[in-house]
Amino acid sequence: MRRPERPGGSRLKPTPFDYSAPGSVGEVLALLADEEREAKVLAGGQSLIPMLSMRLARPGLLVDITRVPGLDRLYADASGALHIGAAVRQSRAADDPVVRDGWPLLAAAIRRIGHPQIRHRGTVCGSLAHHDPAAELPAAALALDARFVIAGPGGTRTVGAADFFVATFQTAVAPDELLTEVVLPPRAGDGWAFEELARRHGDFATVGVAVTLRRAPDRRTVAAARAVFCGAGPVPVRLPAVEEALTGTDAGAAALDAAASAALAGLMPADDVHATAAYRREAAAHLLVRACTLAWERCS
Amino acid sequence: MTTDLATSDPATATHAAPPPLAEPSGWHEIRLTVNGAPVTAQVESRLLLSDFLRDRLRLTGTHVGCEHGVCGACTVLVDGEPARSCLTLAVQCAGAELRTVEGLAPGDAPLTPVQRAFHECHGMQCGFCTPGFVMTATALTEQPQRPDAADVADALSGHLCRCTGYRNIRRAVCQALDERFADGPAGRGE
Repeated sequence: MRRPERPGGSRLKPTPFDYSAPGSVGEVLALLADEEREAKVLAGGQSLIPMLSMRLARPGLLVDITRVPGLDRLYADASGALHIGAAVRQSRAADDPVVRDGWPLLAAAIRRIGHPQIRHRGTVCGSLAHHDPAAELPAAALALDARFVIAGPGGTRTVGAADFFVATFQTAVAPDELLTEVVLPPRAGDGWAFEELARRHGDFATVGVAVTLRRAPDRRTVAAARAVFCGAGPVPVRLPAVEEALTGTDAGAAALDAAASAALAGLMPADDVHATAAYRREAAAHLLVRACTLAWERCS
Repeated sequence: MTTDLATSDPATATHAAPPPLAEPSGWHEIRLTVNGAPVTAQVESRLLLSDFLRDRLRLTGTHVGCEHGVCGACTVLVDGEPARSCLTLAVQCAGAELRTVEGLAPGDAPLTPVQRAFHECHGMQCGFCTPGFVMTATALTEQPQRPDAADVADALSGHLCRCTGYRNIRRAVCQALDERFADGPAGRGE
């Protein structure tokens, strides 16, 4: 990577840009539609501002969405689905009793993001739309069957989690669109766990896994399993073979071994400065076993 | 203090949050509260909050270490919650209530329990990281219920200290929490 420019010798400063904090989604979209300005959405800024300071991003206009009325809504609707608006900060979501009771996996994933000082500013939707492949929330969103509500020039559309994450730092959200909210269907009773390996507390995951398990009515067997890995590819990785290895079993040692083997066979992470692919794969299999054990205990 | 920075007169001492800064511009006028005092300033859109505090308001108690959100030295309280001032634009703080280390015990006021605990426990060596730690610890003591040990560790993990082994810092925070929550969750009757 090119060494960041440091004007003045030693200090990190963004290039000049215009800033706007409009009061409606319509105004946000009108600003994003202006191709000449190279507009970028600003919510919490916890990923974007360091990129500005290191001049890895040089937008002409930042559109701050946190003053748009309604985007800070966090609520469960009549069908029991959780709606998280684009301006909802991570710490608020993680501390909300509705989230903690109904979507504890989401709360656990958020608590693994950075530090409280970051989570007070960073937003749930911002992390999803930024889509760092080592980040926790994309994996949690895929594990929880999130739906993404995207407003654009042609109106509003909804995209499922399987189609939302396109590639590293790329999602289904086009430059002239805004992710206005993420919707999580009710998952009451599912067991859950989020396990990750990070070099230090608060770092991005070297590799991690979000697991949900549902008990069958007989209470002895796994009716449904979901395992999604982060830090294991350019998008959150869901392996059908892992889920098949768990479904219908008693979640005992043999089933967990089979699931771990399926993860070892199916994951194709990359080598990087933090870990080799082989190390990541091995660690992911161990984390999967730990997460499945925890999730099974937490099933109601 | 720069000439374009005007502290409001008493007539405007309490101001409502400004309306959305809708018009795209490289400069904006922001009004906010810093350590209880209303402040109005013209700021460039790209100005980081850390630089606004240090260079414009001359509140140099907020230290700048890494400038990209890793070290925590520049932590201040934004609407009561600790945040990295180097990961925040000044313009984002229009209407916000900011507190910096200067606001804890201004002038001849006695040190706050957190400051006193850092002093008594020697929760520092060179002191560069201390203002950030103190602001995070102050927010911990202002929570309605006593944070548990894991919460304290999580909060302190947002700060780097390159001198100490963190033990005295943690002792200082625990001492301040002991004092604050001595009589249960509503210890100070606030």
